[in-house]
Amino acid sequence: MRPDTPSAGPAVAAPVLAATVPAAPVLSAVGLTRAVPLAGGGRRTLFSGVSIALAPGEVVAITGESGVGKSTLLNVIAGLDMADAGEVLIGGRNVAGLAEPARAALRATALGFVFQAFHVLPHLSLARNVALPCLLAGMNAADALARAEATLAEVGLAGRGPDWPAVLSGGELQRVAIARALVHRPGLVLADEPTGNLDPETAGRILHLLLAQARDRGAAVLIVTHSEMVAAAATRVLRLSAGGLLPS
Amino acid sequence: MQHWQATGWLIAGEWRAHPVRIGLAVLAIAVGVALGFAVHMVNSAALASFGRAVASVQGRADLAVRARSAAGLDEALYPRLARLPEVQAISPVVELPASWGRLARPGSQARGGRFTLIGLDPLRALRVTPGLVGLSRAGQSGVGSRPTWQGDAVWLSPALQRATGLQPGDAFTLTAAGRQARFTVMGRLASAGDEAQMAVIDISEAQWRFGQVGRLQRLDLKLAEGAGARLAVQAALPADAVLATPEAEASRADALSRAYRVNLGMLALVALLTGGFLVWSAQALSVARRRPQFALLGVLGLPRAGLVRQLLAEGLLLGLVGAALGVALGHGLAALVVDRFGGDLGGGYFNRAQTRLGFDLAAAFGFGALGLVTALAGSIAPALAAARTAPAQALKGLGDVPDPATAPRAWPSLALLAAGGLAALGPALWGLPLLGYAAMALLLAGGVALMPALARLLLAPLARRGSAWLPLDLAVRRLWGVPQAAALALSGIVASTALMVAMAVMVASFRQSVDDWLIAVLPSDLYLHLEAAEAGGLAPADQARLAQVPGLESVRFQRVISVRIASDQPAVAVMAQSGDLTMPLTAAADAAAPAGTTRALISEPLAWLYGWRVGEVHSLVIGGQQRRLYVAGTWRDYARQWGAIMLPLADYRRLTGDVTATEAAFELKAAADAQTVQAALQAALPAAVQGQAQFGRPAEMRAVALTIFDRSFAVTYALEAIAIIIGLIGVATSFSAQVLARMREFGMLRHVGVPRRQILQMLGLEGAGLGLIGALSGLSLGLVMALVLVRVVNPQSFHWTMDLALPWPLLAGLVAALVICAGGTAVIAGRRALGGQALLAVRADW
Repeated sequence: MRPDTPSAGPAVAAPVLAATVPAAPVLSAVGLTRAVPLAGGGRRTLFSGVSIALAPGEVVAITGESGVGKSTLLNVIAGLDMADAGEVLIGGRNVAGLAEPARAALRATALGFVFQAFHVLPHLSLARNVALPCLLAGMNAADALARAEATLAEVGLAGRGPDWPAVLSGGELQRVAIARALVHRPGLVLADEPTGNLDPETAGRILHLLLAQARDRGAAVLIVTHSEMVAAAATRVLRLSAGGLLPS
Repeated sequence: MQHWQATGWLIAGEWRAHPVRIGLAVLAIAVGVALGFAVHMVNSAALASFGRAVASVQGRADLAVRARSAAGLDEALYPRLARLPEVQAISPVVELPASWGRLARPGSQARGGRFTLIGLDPLRALRVTPGLVGLSRAGQSGVGSRPTWQGDAVWLSPALQRATGLQPGDAFTLTAAGRQARFTVMGRLASAGDEAQMAVIDISEAQWRFGQVGRLQRLDLKLAEGAGARLAVQAALPADAVLATPEAEASRADALSRAYRVNLGMLALVALLTGGFLVWSAQALSVARRRPQFALLGVLGLPRAGLVRQLLAEGLLLGLVGAALGVALGHGLAALVVDRFGGDLGGGYFNRAQTRLGFDLAAAFGFGALGLVTALAGSIAPALAAARTAPAQALKGLGDVPDPATAPRAWPSLALLAAGGLAALGPALWGLPLLGYAAMALLLAGGVALMPALARLLLAPLARRGSAWLPLDLAVRRLWGVPQAAALALSGIVASTALMVAMAVMVASFRQSVDDWLIAVLPSDLYLHLEAAEAGGLAPADQARLAQVPGLESVRFQRVISVRIASDQPAVAVMAQSGDLTMPLTAAADAAAPAGTTRALISEPLAWLYGWRVGEVHSLVIGGQQRRLYVAGTWRDYARQWGAIMLPLADYRRLTGDVTATEAAFELKAAADAQTVQAALQAALPAAVQGQAQFGRPAEMRAVALTIFDRSFAVTYALEAIAIIIGLIGVATSFSAQVLARMREFGMLRHVGVPRRQILQMLGLEGAGLGLIGALSGLSLGLVMALVLVRVVNPQSFHWTMDLALPWPLLAGLVAALVICAGGTAVIAGRRALGGQALLAVRADW
């Protein structure tokens, strides 16, 4: 068990953050600014003064033009990228103040991720793909696999645990990705264009599944999207631009 | 702990998905470990057998006083030493090189062999070296009714008895010191061990029958307790005696073949080094391919240290499996080699000793650990590179795209090359060219690391100009734009080509130099050499008879004896030659010999081993006294690795009183038939030495010498071939992995209308281009490394120099083969990659 992650270990029983600090926001970001270096010298500001807070169970969509920094904002929130100014608190912990191993541990316990490209490991069975976050959060292999099978069943893939990813369709792969994002019962799910690679009909089903599963577990969802359908399903829609993050 | 479980899943998944690639990396480590371990096993077994053989001949005395040369010591020393209070017991010994049957050149059917003849006083020897005393089964000094220690009794060691096939009661005719005598086999020297070829007779018989009256070659001593005993004996010794401690004898046995063994071991490690490059290349490609997977793990919460641990664990597993396999293979290989080539791997050092192979557990662990370290070392750089990658970038497939605007750094490689150059200038350490080998390793590492910058530099003109032919244009731009990826594939080619070229050039230079030397040192029409004639050869009357054989224009006689300069070094050859000393010299003195000195030439190994320089005066004990020799020149000598000194025969005879000869060189009259003259010379020889006489004509002697040379280097060629195969496997795996990793790129090209044929042409050109750059870089690097081998490693190991010779046809063929192999592999891998999957790959996840 890691000392810097009080909620790690066998008690990954969820929702970790909500259980620990029930009244506090799952995510609180204040005054985030991020600039990137330019090839010819100088820097370009992607966004500045961005603030956002998510309550447990809330679904927030972030829209905006391409290149405005939506994905970068998600990365900063997840501790994968560092803001030039501002702070991100997840479960009351300042992400920027943590060392790399502690940030990794925080992601393993408190966050779930869904990507546009499903990113399912091709050489692991579906059950092992889904069980990975549980292992990284400190659960033993047998429990992790049992929970992975159960979660796969919840996303409509009952009994498919031993299958290999190569035999699945795009929609099925994204179901696996959703199961992986929720299996360790994180307080916050970060989704980057989760339906971008799917046809409209499948996209609708997948979105519904993601939101329903998150709601069942009391997890907040922050979605970056261009899709009006996705935005319409959110409880709040915010638009990111150079001026900041404003209600759409 | 659970991180390790995840690591286990990921490693198992990777190995299941790519068994061939993983298997090849394991095999590369296994082959390296196997070669290193096998060479070590054979060497140590051979050395141990040789040591046992030497110990058997010496009878395991506390201490021995040895004559500096085969001429022996005055036996008056014996009572002088016996009176010393520090000496508890003393046993005088006559020790002569001897032969039985008819000695013959390799390939001949004649039966015969060399052995050591020992003459002992059994009652004295029982107290000092009881193992040398032949006893009957009952422990009595007699067999049946015959008195054993009288007259013609001889005991044979088990090895000699096996070789001769003689049984007790059989007659045994042997030749020593130019005389022949007949003995009766009384039994076997049971405690002589399996290795020694030796026979024991009574000392008075040895002195009487072989012209050694009043002479001894050795005195074996049993000392009283106390620290001063050795010093007291040392103080009582005359100039022509040397104290031989058991440690000095062991050191001499070790010195005999040390450089050869170390060099073979280093060659074996070259194969392991090449295996290390292959592991690095396989791991680096695997990391590049899996970068998005690692990024995902980072996003999901695997810390960087966890990722590094995972990749090192992969390397460790590769190493463990490879090392275990290598140790097993190595043991089998060692057994096979000992069976086929003998304990010296064809090197000709231990031809008297039979080799018994054991299993050295410590060495097995040592070489296994070396394999592990190699595999881990090959994994470290890719693991750290993977941990440095930003997960978010890599997930979008951006993190692994190098920026063509950024030039690869060249200074670390140049620093390594410079360090290699400096190391090559260093001296030998502990008598071995360790800095020379370090120089080669540094040059190799620097050369391989320089590849990205070099590829960019070499391709810059082509990339600037562009090509109207699309496949060529795409190939050049890819190689120029992503030289780091090219360097991965190149590393295997460069490393194996460089090592191969270095070895090929060294062997070719050595062979050419040996050939030139043979021509230079064999100017006469016919040569005679008496084997095992150290203690006495042809008497003046015999020499005169030979000189009168019809058909001879002239004859030059030579007397060769062995003299010990240092007790822990093998003896040097002193060659006294009639007429002028006409060797082709590598250095000569300007001045004449100072008064009171004898003019002498020394061989390169002697100059190196004892620090003698041209123009200096040094002392040498010959004829029982210190003589002052003026070093008038040095000559190149590949025949005597431990040194040789050449004197005028007249001076030698004046200094020693020894008028015998052991060799002769004949010039024939123009009309004379060599065969007829040789037959006449053979007939003119005294009957006693006819079995020892070996005649040779320069052409056949040269052919035999070169055959022996090639046999000695047979193992070298085999090791070299293995390094090449490992390198080529590396090329094939690197290319196929890279091509398969670029399926999405090919899919895009197909989508925009580039036909499949053109993509294959592009891949073929890329492969051939890479092969050419790699082969030419490897060639250049190999030539530099060959210089280190020729100018540093060989002189420091074997103490001789050689001229550089470049086998251009072989080198050109090598480059062509590599280019064809690289291009062909790329096309074959491309066909696989384009087999329908490529079009889908643009939409694929990864």
